[in-house]
Amino acid sequence: MQVIWNFLQAQVLGMRWLDDVVGALLAVAGIDTAKRLGGSLRFFLYDTIKILTLLSVLIFIISYVQSHFPPERTKRILGGFKGIGANAASALLGTLTPFCSCSSIPLFIGFTNAGLPVGVTFSFLISSPLVDLGALVLLIGAFGLKIAIAYVVVGLLLAIAGGTILDRLGMEKYVEKFAAPAGAIDISEPELSRADRLLYAKEQMLATLQKVWPYVIAGVGIGALIHNWIPEAWIQTVLGQDKPFSVILATLVGVPMYADIFGTIPIAEALFAKGVGIGTILSFMMAVTALSLPSMIMLKKVVKPRLLGAFIGIVTVGIIIIGYTFNALGFLFVA
Amino acid sequence: MTVQIVGMGCQKCKLLEQHVREAVSELGLDAVVEKISDMGAIATMGVMSTPALAIDGKVKSAGRVLTKEQVKAYLTDGKFVAL
Repeated sequence: MQVIWNFLQAQVLGMRWLDDVVGALLAVAGIDTAKRLGGSLRFFLYDTIKILTLLSVLIFIISYVQSHFPPERTKRILGGFKGIGANAASALLGTLTPFCSCSSIPLFIGFTNAGLPVGVTFSFLISSPLVDLGALVLLIGAFGLKIAIAYVVVGLLLAIAGGTILDRLGMEKYVEKFAAPAGAIDISEPELSRADRLLYAKEQMLATLQKVWPYVIAGVGIGALIHNWIPEAWIQTVLGQDKPFSVILATLVGVPMYADIFGTIPIAEALFAKGVGIGTILSFMMAVTALSLPSMIMLKKVVKPRLLGAFIGIVTVGIIIIGYTFNALGFLFVA
Repeated sequence: MTVQIVGMGCQKCKLLEQHVREAVSELGLDAVVEKISDMGAIATMGVMSTPALAIDGKVKSAGRVLTKEQVKAYLTDGKFVAL
């Protein structure tokens, strides 16, 4: 079993064979990959091809699954839950419902008008960009199964806890009200055939690739830079395990940044190779994906500043707590 | 016939609008194409994922940049497909 799993992790998800192929091709081209420039080039080519390939396959599969969970259905399912159960269901469905940040406002209003508590909506909004099935698979390839699962579990817990706290704080009154549709409207659940779903999955795959490739290239580029050009000592000075503020620094740098989770993984991988603590890395990834300036500007249109502030504060503090916890318990996860 | 593109003006909404305008002109329909970008109006229509396409006030597709050919299918037979 172990042998099969190791093979799967290294060769299928990690695509180590591709690294060998890229290395061999560069050698034929007369580029020495043992040198710094050649090494950077090898890392860049290997990682870009790997991520874009895995991404295409994953998005296709995920979109097919997601076609079963349009937001209208998610809204209806969530209406059947109460209390913290609703937050948990919302966090889980956040990972399954197709969602683009440009739809966050109509979705927010739709949930609110359906009578869902504001915390349940926020559980969805936190988990949706943060926890992604595709990211889970890429994380397995980069860091191994334990860390990947840990990331998903704490991501969901953060979404559930964040939403629950917002409810407890009585934030309901800070939501802008919009007129609900008069009577039942004609957006029922669609009848989709398998061919429709496959077509949808293909469209989503192409659209997502078009959207994320610049982030992947940028992420891999920065990763390659860290990998081969920035001395380990520098990184250790700022983000080392023994530096008490490393997690806070990683979080605060990550919050205003906007990048796709797929662009963040190569940076995280490179930092990990330089001995940065796993908690610090998780904090950075979560801060980049969960909170970003564009999404806050969007949300500002539907919630009052007080609620927005509480949301940002709770998520930031949560991410920092997760970071320190993982740095302290890192030995459990890093083999 | 009134064809409405529902969305707050993101890149996808513009793309859908372009496909709709092309489809309408190629079919030679006498249709008014308009954009619904006001948050309140979007909420009232019950749209939760954008861009959406509505024909004569009925939402026909949501959360999807339909191709020109797909838009033509909606304009001619009007079946509903979400996502």
